[in-house]
Amino acid sequence: MALNRKIAYINLTTGEIETKPIPISMRKKFLGGRGLDMYLMYNHVKPGVDPLGPDNVAFVSAGILVSTLASATARTHIGGKSPLTGYVGSANMGGFFAPEMRWAGFDHLVIKGKAEKPVYLWIHNGEIEIRDAKNIWGKTVHETQQIVREELGDREIKILTIGPAGEKLVRFANVMTGVKDAGGRSGMGALLGSKNLKCIACRGTMDIKIAHPQEALDYNKTFITQITSAKVSQTQGKIGTPFIWGSTNSWGGIRTNNFQYNQLEYSDDIEAESLDEVNIGMAGCFGCQVHCRARYIIPDGPYKGVYDEGPEYTAQGAFCGEPGCTKRNTLLVCNHLANIYGMDLLEVGSLTAWAMELYEKGILTDKDTDGLELRFGNDEAMIEMCHRIARREGLGDILAEGGLRAAKKIGKDSIKYLIHVKGMSNLHSDERGTPSLALGIATGSRGSDHLRSRPAVDLYHLPEPVLRKIYSTPVAYDGPLTSDYKDYEGKPWQVFWHETCYEAVDCLGICKYHTTFLAATGPNFEEWSRVLYYNTGLEMSPVDIWTVAERAYNMERLFNLREGLTRKDDWLNDRYFDEPTTRGIPAVQGRTIDREKFAKMIGEYYEHHGWDENGVPTPETLKRLGIDKEPSHVL
Amino acid sequence: MAKVLMIDYEKCTGCRLCELVCSVKHEGVSNPARSRIKIVKWEWEGRYVPMSCQQCESAPCMSVCPVKAISRNEEMGRVEIDYDVCIGCRMCIAICPFGGMSFDTLASKVIKCDFCDGDPQCVRFCEPEAIQYVDAAEVSSVKQVAAAEKFTGIMQKVAAAIAAV
Ligand code: SF4
Ligand code: SF4
Ligand code: SF4
Repeated sequence: MALNRKIAYINLTTGEIETKPIPISMRKKFLGGRGLDMYLMYNHVKPGVDPLGPDNVAFVSAGILVSTLASATARTHIGGKSPLTGYVGSANMGGFFAPEMRWAGFDHLVIKGKAEKPVYLWIHNGEIEIRDAKNIWGKTVHETQQIVREELGDREIKILTIGPAGEKLVRFANVMTGVKDAGGRSGMGALLGSKNLKCIACRGTMDIKIAHPQEALDYNKTFITQITSAKVSQTQGKIGTPFIWGSTNSWGGIRTNNFQYNQLEYSDDIEAESLDEVNIGMAGCFGCQVHCRARYIIPDGPYKGVYDEGPEYTAQGAFCGEPGCTKRNTLLVCNHLANIYGMDLLEVGSLTAWAMELYEKGILTDKDTDGLELRFGNDEAMIEMCHRIARREGLGDILAEGGLRAAKKIGKDSIKYLIHVKGMSNLHSDERGTPSLALGIATGSRGSDHLRSRPAVDLYHLPEPVLRKIYSTPVAYDGPLTSDYKDYEGKPWQVFWHETCYEAVDCLGICKYHTTFLAATGPNFEEWSRVLYYNTGLEMSPVDIWTVAERAYNMERLFNLREGLTRKDDWLNDRYFDEPTTRGIPAVQGRTIDREKFAKMIGEYYEHHGWDENGVPTPETLKRLGIDKEPSHVL
Repeated sequence: MAKVLMIDYEKCTGCRLCELVCSVKHEGVSNPARSRIKIVKWEWEGRYVPMSCQQCESAPCMSVCPVKAISRNEEMGRVEIDYDVCIGCRMCIAICPFGGMSFDTLASKVIKCDFCDGDPQCVRFCEPEAIQYVDAAEVSSVKQVAAAEKFTGIMQKVAAAIAAV
């Protein structure tokens, strides 16, 4: 059945491997994926360890519904203390790895220690082997997967791997699978690299018994229709997330030239319509009928003819909006480079844009850049920086350390211009006009992040009754809610609600595009309670699932607090408060975030969580969630 | 008029939901190794090709079967295995040019597409309509022949890839 997958403890220093069943009680408490990983992380990572030292632990997992009938049940979660922020490290990716890991018999891997020389794991039908990785060390993300499949003689093997950036301990290196599926943010690739672990190859042909097969099939049809009938899903299914760019740029929501403007002029060449010309069709993750991943072939330039996937909205911002570049070729090439080197393209673009501002302000000079003219709009420089960061060459080596460490090294007042939260670069969206979105990035447990709690539907001017309907289930809420995205009222609840919703999704192993994220009508707690029952037999009410997510999020908070996080880390760069927006529609022009109102929002957000004014969970909250005795070392 | 599965690989997004629903429908489990349809992929070129039994008129599996366990059900338009007769020698798997027959190691039997007895689940769930369940006559229209010609080339590549496994 779907609940009999095991947990494996793998010690790379000693070569010891131990497997255990996962008790149902732990399933009910944390489900799986990110939820159980966060429990494990709090229990297995000792306070204060060096994130790149052998004492850090890597967690790889599948959500509890992965590979079952609940639409896009494809997600892999990767956790560990973040080499970038020093707080919660957590990455999530689609594709086909997690389903294969489940068919091979495993739900959770706890990877400890450090191998003496490069190794990889080979997991197949209940067996785990540690193998020599000398043939693949130094290879790109795409090469590695092809070589391993050949070496093991099976083209169906699914592989989670790091690229050269992970080996070089670039602090925002990704874990990757397939062509572009990326476990990005927080540097989980560097964590695997620090353990000399190049990749994990999986192949499984073991049954996952579906508890109620006919009901699961029939309900899946309804569930999928609920998702695919939303207009945004349909648009996404044709051109992917770049569809978001056009309107966002028009109203003035794109961070441009690092943080100097909020709209990219002359962006026709990098918009969805232009990308559509090189799109050869869409691709889906396991079981997904949204199929948001574009397949493309680079049409011109030195990389002509190269196949890759994407680019996403994030790439448009990272490689075009922020560095002020406007050529499609730059976008396609940089996206490809980030994929093969295996690094977080958001950090690469964002930090390069920051360095460009420092160069234009004279804080960085030609000497620092080895003669590279690091000016906004220099497309060649953007491409060159992808290579330098991945290979840790010159200025690239400094940026590869992440924004905060780089700012320390560069000195002067470089930190003033760094757009980050908790040491993680912000997405290219400009949140000065949207307090709810600003609150989300300021408070996210893994640092500045739009996939932790973004209430994207806040931008849709939904009528109040619709908002009530969404935000009053599965737990009651009768506080304020307003349709105006410029408002500060009621937004903390929305952020809290989405945070809990996205945590639940990550425990279940479903894609965020299949819930209330971009589509206001997407399925959530109510529907999950049913799919969970039909597929696994677990009876959990919508409120039970909400509570699991709350519990898991509190484990993340406890982890961060233990690592020294304080209230002042849930905050934005001063530029959000001091520099008004200059472009966009009238409602968005001249906007800043109001310091006082923002501080009040943070307080309210803490209250919704049951945290005190310092952001510390109260003893009652921990007791209510049954995590007042952690670490409890059950697993 | 009997119906057939018509596959347009250019519409396939490679999601493998068809494999999942096929194995759930027949065995009550999620396990592509027990699915009657298989998506063969060239990930590094972005090409995905759904492969299942073609329900051939003069099926090679039918002629190769030493105990005559395979027959054609004209009413359903499908090729069927009589498990009471089948001895599990797997000759049919070896000869099928499309990889339409496979061996279920858990149940120790050869398996193939049975159109889910007239309600094909792969078709039901494939939103891009890469698989359709249509009248056999429709497939022979000029347009389909043209598509099929293009398909033949890729089918040979697929067959070669399957043979190499
Ligand atoms: S919507 Fe996109 S990211 Fe999500 S599962 Fe489908 S293809 Fe993958
Ligand atoms: S369900 Fe359709 S799109 Fe998905 S893999 Fe099967 S044939 Fe392709
Ligand atoms: S028609 Fe039924 S048996 Fe045949 S491949 Fe599709 S789901 Fe499987």
